Amino acid sequence: MRSIILAGLCSAVLLSGAAYAQSGAPIKIANVAELSGGGATVGNNWKNGIDLAVEEINAKGGILGRKIEVSHADSQSNPGVARAQVQKALDGEPYVLLGPGYSGSVKVTAPLAAEAGITQIMGGEAAELTQAGNKFLFRTSFGQQSSMPKVAKYVNDELKAKSVAVVWVNNDFGRGGRDVITKEFNRLGIKVAADLSTEAGQADFAADVSKIKAAAPDAVFIYVNEEESARILKEIKRQGVTVPLIGETTLVGQKVIELAGDAANGARGHVGLTTDAPVEAIKAFRDRFVKKYNYVPDHNGLKGYLAIYMVKATTEKMGKVDSKAFADTLHGLTIKTSAEPNILMDVTFDQNGDIDRQGFLVEVVEGKQVVKQVLPKLN
Amino acid sequence: MSNLLDLIVAGLATGAIYALVAVGFTLLWQTSQTINFAQGEFVMLPAFLMLAVMHLGAPFWLAILVGIVLSALLLGLAFKMLLVDPMLRHGVLPLAIATMALAIAIKEAVKQFFSAEASPFPSIVPAGDVSILGRAISLQSLGVLAVAILAVVGLTTLLNRTSLGHQMQAAAQNPTVARIIGVPVERMILLTFLINAVLVALASLLITPIYLAKFSSGEVLGQAAFIAAIVGGFNQVRGAIAGGLLIGVVDNLAAAYVSTQYRAAVPMILLIMMILFRPQGLLGRAEERTV
Repeated sequence: MRSIILAGLCSAVLLSGAAYAQSGAPIKIANVAELSGGGATVGNNWKNGIDLAVEEINAKGGILGRKIEVSHADSQSNPGVARAQVQKALDGEPYVLLGPGYSGSVKVTAPLAAEAGITQIMGGEAAELTQAGNKFLFRTSFGQQSSMPKVAKYVNDELKAKSVAVVWVNNDFGRGGRDVITKEFNRLGIKVAADLSTEAGQADFAADVSKIKAAAPDAVFIYVNEEESARILKEIKRQGVTVPLIGETTLVGQKVIELAGDAANGARGHVGLTTDAPVEAIKAFRDRFVKKYNYVPDHNGLKGYLAIYMVKATTEKMGKVDSKAFADTLHGLTIKTSAEPNILMDVTFDQNGDIDRQGFLVEVVEGKQVVKQVLPKLN
Repeated sequence: MSNLLDLIVAGLATGAIYALVAVGFTLLWQTSQTINFAQGEFVMLPAFLMLAVMHLGAPFWLAILVGIVLSALLLGLAFKMLLVDPMLRHGVLPLAIATMALAIAIKEAVKQFFSAEASPFPSIVPAGDVSILGRAISLQSLGVLAVAILAVVGLTTLLNRTSLGHQMQAAAQNPTVARIIGVPVERMILLTFLINAVLVALASLLITPIYLAKFSSGEVLGQAAFIAAIVGGFNQVRGAIAGGLLIGVVDNLAAAYVSTQYRAAVPMILLIMMILFRPQGLLGRAEERTV
């Protein structure tokens, strides 16, 4: 009899522990991002966006009554370090993995998360990332296969350019963008007057800009990381190149504008996310971010913020914290602002983990991003 | 042809910075047999010191002055007294390793206390171009070149035309004899460290508006200047200048006419060729080893 009571007591203790784990224990989320190195701007904005969202959600009681606990690890903008950090993070059995932001780092870490059956919500934009059949990988922004055709169309329809110099950074992100945009230019009959590969972390762009001048294109398409964007914009101004400069988020982001100063004026680009978007929820996010961190975030701040709200909306849709069912639920899910205001814009995730929502065409005018066109959600 | 001229001018401007930094290598080597592998970080740090002063509300010119004085104290005086003097008695190799550790410490400290992200930095030279021989040459390139040339001319004049310079050279060439004839050798060596600190602060002021202020920016710069010093001649100030200018121009021409992807390899190839065929460098003098 005594053994039965003892067994009963043990079971009760174990069950209550399990119940605590189910209801009261924090939800562990791991973030691996570029907190130092060439992508420090990307990683730190991403991290700050995550922390802001976590703070907001925890202040309101968490997700399904459980607080969120995020760990941050530095990939040092190095794919090898990112892989080691992701492995370490996965060993801690997180609910969801966030990051990295660099496509090259996502490429080498995605198989690890998929093998562990953990959903990875990342910031990489290389087209190939979501085309490899990985069912656990989700974007927080458009992939190049969505954004580049829009840029090429703008170059053709609005700028009426017949020849374009393409400057790209020689990594997975840059190569992916270069391949898609040159294909689009070829399709539209636009000549690639110069095809210039640059290096991540490159400091001196004098030779590259001299080559652009020699090629005399109608426009220059620039697809390099933020700091390098600032450096090349300064060199372009220094060497007196006056043709339109067009790019993507990495050419017209807040950090680029801050670093390049006057040289950023006139640069145009397609951005999936911008704090200057004419969307009230985004303006409110911007105010909250500035209040907390005392600077205006670039798109990576928005991406990090949205990643956490993607976790919240998906978990609430499931009604339980289940990392194995998470990816299945997020595939095909539409998160509306009417249900989750902090998702900022209605968003739909397809079966590849790609995203569909509004996009924007912006121009830097007197040190500020000005939205010139709002591109609607496709579906 | 016009493109070539642009590339050469831009290369000379970058090379002038390398030259300023490379001169520091040769100065410290000549006077105290010190190879300072933190020389790149010595160029990075003054920019952050100036930014810190500006964040306190000081105008740019005052930040420059304070930055140069702080550089002299930290990278000249403190570097000599706290690291070089105690380590040198254990030999050149431990000292070299200590400077590598110092490079990491400076880099990590800047990352920790300032930011891992790049910051903009104001330029002392206004934006715009001037027309020379029908070519638009940027004021910034010319300014960098001019300041670097002035600094180097001032330094060579000091070394070759003044009593102080002669004493410094005597202290560098043979400290024992210099002491016998009454040269204050220790003071001369300290002066060399201070000159190096001012030169790196100048280099920092010139290059940071272009390269941006970032904790890791000393890596590339230190490496380029080290190669420049070896290629030009590690034991000659004029060699370091020639090496710096050569590396700047070769790097730019390689990026334009060979490949941007392999531009980093070109100075290394130049370095290997020099070590193989003229180990004393372009303008250096062969030193005999005493046994």
